[in-house]
Amino acid sequence: MTDETMPPETTEEELEAAVVPERPDVASIADLLESFPEAAFSVHEYASSDVVYHMVSVPVADWVAITQAAFDAGFDTFVDLTAIDHFAEAPRFEVAVNIISMTEVERLIITTRVPYDDPTVPTLTGVFAGANFYEREAYDLLGVVFVGHPDLTRILLPDDWVGHPLRKDYDIGAIPVEFKAGSADL
Amino acid sequence: MTDTPDTTATPDTPDVPDTTVDEQATMSVADERRRLHDIWVSGTEERLPFAGATNEGAQELLPRDQDPALDLQRGIAVEDDFIDPIEAIDEERQIINIGPQHPSTHGVLRLQVELEGETVRRVKPIIGYLHTGMEKTAETLTYAQGSTNVTRMDYLSPFHNELAFSLTVEQLLGIDVPPRADAIRVLMTELNRVASHLLSSATMGMDIGALSMMIYGWREREVCLDFFEKTTGLRMNHNYIRPGGVAADLPDGWEDDIVHLIKAVNDGVDEYEELLNENPIFLDRTIGVGVLTPEECKQFGISGPLARASGIDFDLRKVMPYCGIEKYEFDIPLGLHGDANDRYHVRIEEIRESLKIAGQVLETIPSGDYRTPDPKVTPPPRKRIDESMEALIHHFKLFTSGIEVPPGTAYQSVEGPRGEIGCHMVSKGGTKPWRMHWRAPSFAAVQALPTMMSDALVADLIASLASTDPVLGDVDR
Repeated sequence: MTDETMPPETTEEELEAAVVPERPDVASIADLLESFPEAAFSVHEYASSDVVYHMVSVPVADWVAITQAAFDAGFDTFVDLTAIDHFAEAPRFEVAVNIISMTEVERLIITTRVPYDDPTVPTLTGVFAGANFYEREAYDLLGVVFVGHPDLTRILLPDDWVGHPLRKDYDIGAIPVEFKAGSADL
Repeated sequence: MTDTPDTTATPDTPDVPDTTVDEQATMSVADERRRLHDIWVSGTEERLPFAGATNEGAQELLPRDQDPALDLQRGIAVEDDFIDPIEAIDEERQIINIGPQHPSTHGVLRLQVELEGETVRRVKPIIGYLHTGMEKTAETLTYAQGSTNVTRMDYLSPFHNELAFSLTVEQLLGIDVPPRADAIRVLMTELNRVASHLLSSATMGMDIGALSMMIYGWREREVCLDFFEKTTGLRMNHNYIRPGGVAADLPDGWEDDIVHLIKAVNDGVDEYEELLNENPIFLDRTIGVGVLTPEECKQFGISGPLARASGIDFDLRKVMPYCGIEKYEFDIPLGLHGDANDRYHVRIEEIRESLKIAGQVLETIPSGDYRTPDPKVTPPPRKRIDESMEALIHHFKLFTSGIEVPPGTAYQSVEGPRGEIGCHMVSKGGTKPWRMHWRAPSFAAVQALPTMMSDALVADLIASLASTDPVLGDVDR
């Protein structure tokens, strides 16, 4: 294949920023929040159980750094990564990563918001190898672009699919019904 | 828009379309759709500047030196385990496709495999053949209809799917279900785990040559499915566990059925162990095959029997319990080596533990209602509708518009037979979820297949896949 058919390259600086974030010294969720003062924190309770999980929402600039910090603090088990289309709201897309600390037995869901005209989030594949397929899925179905991802292609849909179906403005399609009321033939 | 088609397309980039066919028409249609949705068209058109898409598409195995993603996938990023020391010469390298119609891929999984003689050098799982957009469908179904949808995802553990969905909706609603409903939920999900593990062991036996195991496994699973049919009316895809409780109480004489089931399955499991545990062929095919280290499991998000076979002592039933499952006494079987043999043993032991839980449910199940009495969630009994105008209105509202759920975000997970089944739900009010994301355990497991299979023999590939037990309905959703 020739150079002109290759995708636009991610620049070295972008890759650097995506893969090697700064590492603050944290040991718990409380430390984590001190290191990231812009993070908004909430505690959720499971249904019919006393167990809680934590949700942290951060600006996209802190996205990899806080995940890496959480990884260093013991949240070393990747569970889930997804994106949500908040259609009418200002930063339209929300990306959420769900990680577990097995030693502390705590669940942490980190979210960030990105706008419609620039839906780019740095990839987490540098922190969790398991983010690979999940980021491809979020890209495939919602069109969130993960900068620095090694192989950002469609995963569930065919390669030549048009559009990102889980976006709220995606036309889900309908077969028009032709009513023939009043026709003499009927 | 770049109108210059890729004339340098080589035979190995088949997704570049034949531009001789009515180019103008296809371009304008694509252009129109792109204008509507602001998207890009892979392979044919220019992309948004930030889209790092490759024109090879997701379905090509790249040349080795251009393949950073596969390094990640096959586990170079994490520590690798088994390397075949025999190096083959380059001419022997070939790429073959296993699946999507291959019987031992457990559905429509396609594995692109680079072979070097008999050694698997690279594996690329290609999925999506069963993708039916269930997460999008969920946005068009009410919460009452939702469990009909999710039960079809992982079709071998329908109760777990329904339970994860129902618990998430209940978390958003902030309601608790009666103790009897909790006990019924625990009973049904644990029996479902038994049925699923029986099928998994059966197909694993079939895949690696123990064909009688296949017959035995299905025989005992049938006992479980008979009980499901008696309780819910369906053998699979039950839509039995619903937000607010369960659809119906247990049928008359269910105690005898459970006693019979526990005995039948326990006897069957003893038989399997007699058949397989010392079987030299089985041992040769499974020991040291498809090894996953605990670090790899954590990196790839692998949970359930696969992680426990690698020695990770983590079971959501113990650490993040749901439905009061912490009241029952059961053990978490753990493996030591993380190979196919350990996974088989973990599953067999989990069958026994689940039957233990079923026996305890039988003894301790409380009496009472099997649905929450909240009229905003549960339709009134038929008799009340004749007597009360309000009951009639509630009934009408529930079946025309559905359950009103307050805005919020919720995540709830249950320990499914294949690992953590999670439901990430966003509600903006109203009777339909705004977004429902399904955390599918098989999806994570398929992602780790290259790590298990690379640098092993091609026969071990089948054994690894069989011991992973992916359900493609769950992977593709």
